[in-house]
Amino acid sequence: MTAAAAPSRFRRPRRDRGGEDTGVSARRWFTPWLLIAPGGLWLLVFFIIPLFSLGRLSLENGGLSNYSTVISDNSTVIIRTFVYATLSTVAAIIIGYPLAYVIATKGGKYKNLLLALVVLPFFVTYLVRTLSWKILLFDGGPVVSILHSLGILSESQGILGSPFAVVAALTYNFLPFMVLPIYVSLEKLDRRLLDAAADLYSSPARAFRKITLPLSLPGLFAGTLLTFIPAAGDFVNSELLGSERTVMIGNIIEKNFGKEFFRPELSALSFMLMAIILIGVIIYARLLGTEEIA
Amino acid sequence: MTSPAAADSAPVIEIDHVVKRFGDFVAVDDADFSIGQGEFFSMLGPSGCGKTTTLRMIAGFEQPTTGAIRLDGVDVSKVPPNKRDVNTVFQQYALFPHMNVFDNVAFGPQSKKVDKATIKKRVTEMLEIVRLTEFASRRPAQLSGGQQQRVALARALVNLPKALLLDEPLGALDLKLRHAMQFELKRIQREVGITFVYVTHDQEEALTMSDRIAVMSDGRVEQIGTPTEIYDNPASVFVAGFIGQANLWPATVMQRASDCATVTALGGATLTATCHSKVDGMGAGDAATLMVRPERIAISLTQPASQTGGEQSVNATVTDLTFQGPIVRLALEAADGSPIIANVDPDADLPLLRPGDSVWASWSQNAACVLPTTLNQQSPLQEA
Repeated sequence: MTAAAAPSRFRRPRRDRGGEDTGVSARRWFTPWLLIAPGGLWLLVFFIIPLFSLGRLSLENGGLSNYSTVISDNSTVIIRTFVYATLSTVAAIIIGYPLAYVIATKGGKYKNLLLALVVLPFFVTYLVRTLSWKILLFDGGPVVSILHSLGILSESQGILGSPFAVVAALTYNFLPFMVLPIYVSLEKLDRRLLDAAADLYSSPARAFRKITLPLSLPGLFAGTLLTFIPAAGDFVNSELLGSERTVMIGNIIEKNFGKEFFRPELSALSFMLMAIILIGVIIYARLLGTEEIA
Repeated sequence: MTSPAAADSAPVIEIDHVVKRFGDFVAVDDADFSIGQGEFFSMLGPSGCGKTTTLRMIAGFEQPTTGAIRLDGVDVSKVPPNKRDVNTVFQQYALFPHMNVFDNVAFGPQSKKVDKATIKKRVTEMLEIVRLTEFASRRPAQLSGGQQQRVALARALVNLPKALLLDEPLGALDLKLRHAMQFELKRIQREVGITFVYVTHDQEEALTMSDRIAVMSDGRVEQIGTPTEIYDNPASVFVAGFIGQANLWPATVMQRASDCATVTALGGATLTATCHSKVDGMGAGDAATLMVRPERIAISLTQPASQTGGEQSVNATVTDLTFQGPIVRLALEAADGSPIIANVDPDADLPLLRPGDSVWASWSQNAACVLPTTLNQQSPLQEA
């Protein structure tokens, strides 16, 4: 969308100037297109064309009935996927917003160090990080034995394989994507606005509600997208830490695509996933009133 | 609504021996003055002189290290800003970017839980006063600098505070707009009758608008007085130099009376000048500084006869002349080489002067001031 808007803005001066020095303005006219050409070509070849063929594939054999079959066959999994993704996104907001807030407002000279600590786990690969949760959470492991001795879990209960393990790991894995954008929006918040709010009789709580929170919504919005979308499409966490009780859409696609490529129902499932995420994002953007940021 | 002098009315703000330290740095050193109801009071000084810190202490963003700040007689030194009945116009306005003009102005009354109908009425009235009625639904980013300035003013004034604190409010505007806004501010202040405490480093701004000015330097209040008092009778070399132009010559005190002193200066001339009665430590033989404003100096070719006004005159040589429109600026050199600057009316009955010409520079006794030379002087002077 932005790609289409940019060239038209550049084109306008040419019309104003009339027919003169068309050589220069023709080149100007072209420059933005040249600049977006590599990225555009990449997207065309590796995204739009495959997407198109995937869409065509999803309609083969049964046509639209493929979709209704996929939905009725996998309704539990679809619902579960979005419940998990929503839960981990909400958890990431609850953990990430205060963290970003403290780093941005109270971090002082330690700001960069604290941010580095947030990102540091990501120097270890995704797979290893997720596998180490397995070591933490296995039956008889440190976390489970503490919860057993505290009586929070009964002796027969474990964590591994439970929805809790999957949602917790999803939250953990995508937390930095929540923290960083929120941090950026809080960091650039003009502190004098809070002085002004206090000067205008606002308690710190009201100043947060009326000034800090609304002005950090763009960061919150970006963080939510960066957390929710990969969480909804994830299969690693459920694969490694879950069980047949926690199967997500990603697991089904991954398992079956591995065996037999190009099955129309799987393509339909992928499209479903995409469509639901897109609809969710649009609703979310409307609710936040942040259309202009999106 | 008139602007009464501080002495006439009960003070709204009392700054009672306030000291503010940041670590080892003394930002405000024993500030002690009060500001009256309806007064336009300016704190004037170069950056880092403590004027903004003093304002922030009145607003509640800083707390005095020692001393007290009283609002209408109540000690508010430890009261947070949101519980103080004063409002601030911030230097960069600090308008809420995500709210339109109306909501910005309504923010204070909403915090105070004023009912909606009253808020609407008061905000509308206030937007009328600052002449922004048709901009109510615009965002701050869609306004010009001057309009943003007026929103900031309306947002503060709508709360009808005991005092309005303005922190260099015109600093971000260009010269022409600044002049227009000076009149605008005075008009609005007369209309609402609220005490204005105005911080600025611009002496012209302070002289134009203020009822009284506190001149500050290095955390200390050097002098408090009306613009005329401060201009005509500066209490220190700093004040004389900071406000307007001044000839400042080294002098030696010969004789000191209660309100005047006789000094030798400019190569042995014996001159009499006014001397602030509260300035002490200037007995015979002490070093002092003699001050005369350039526009108070008259130029003649022959020595003027001594008149009842106590005309003082010295012989000098012309070194330079510059035509500056309304005035001609004459640079002279006294017998001892001291520079003398005189601003002369272009219509003055003078022949064409050239560098090297010998002339007489003269002024009346009450146009000259004897000031203590040390910058680190005694207690600040206070009028009234």
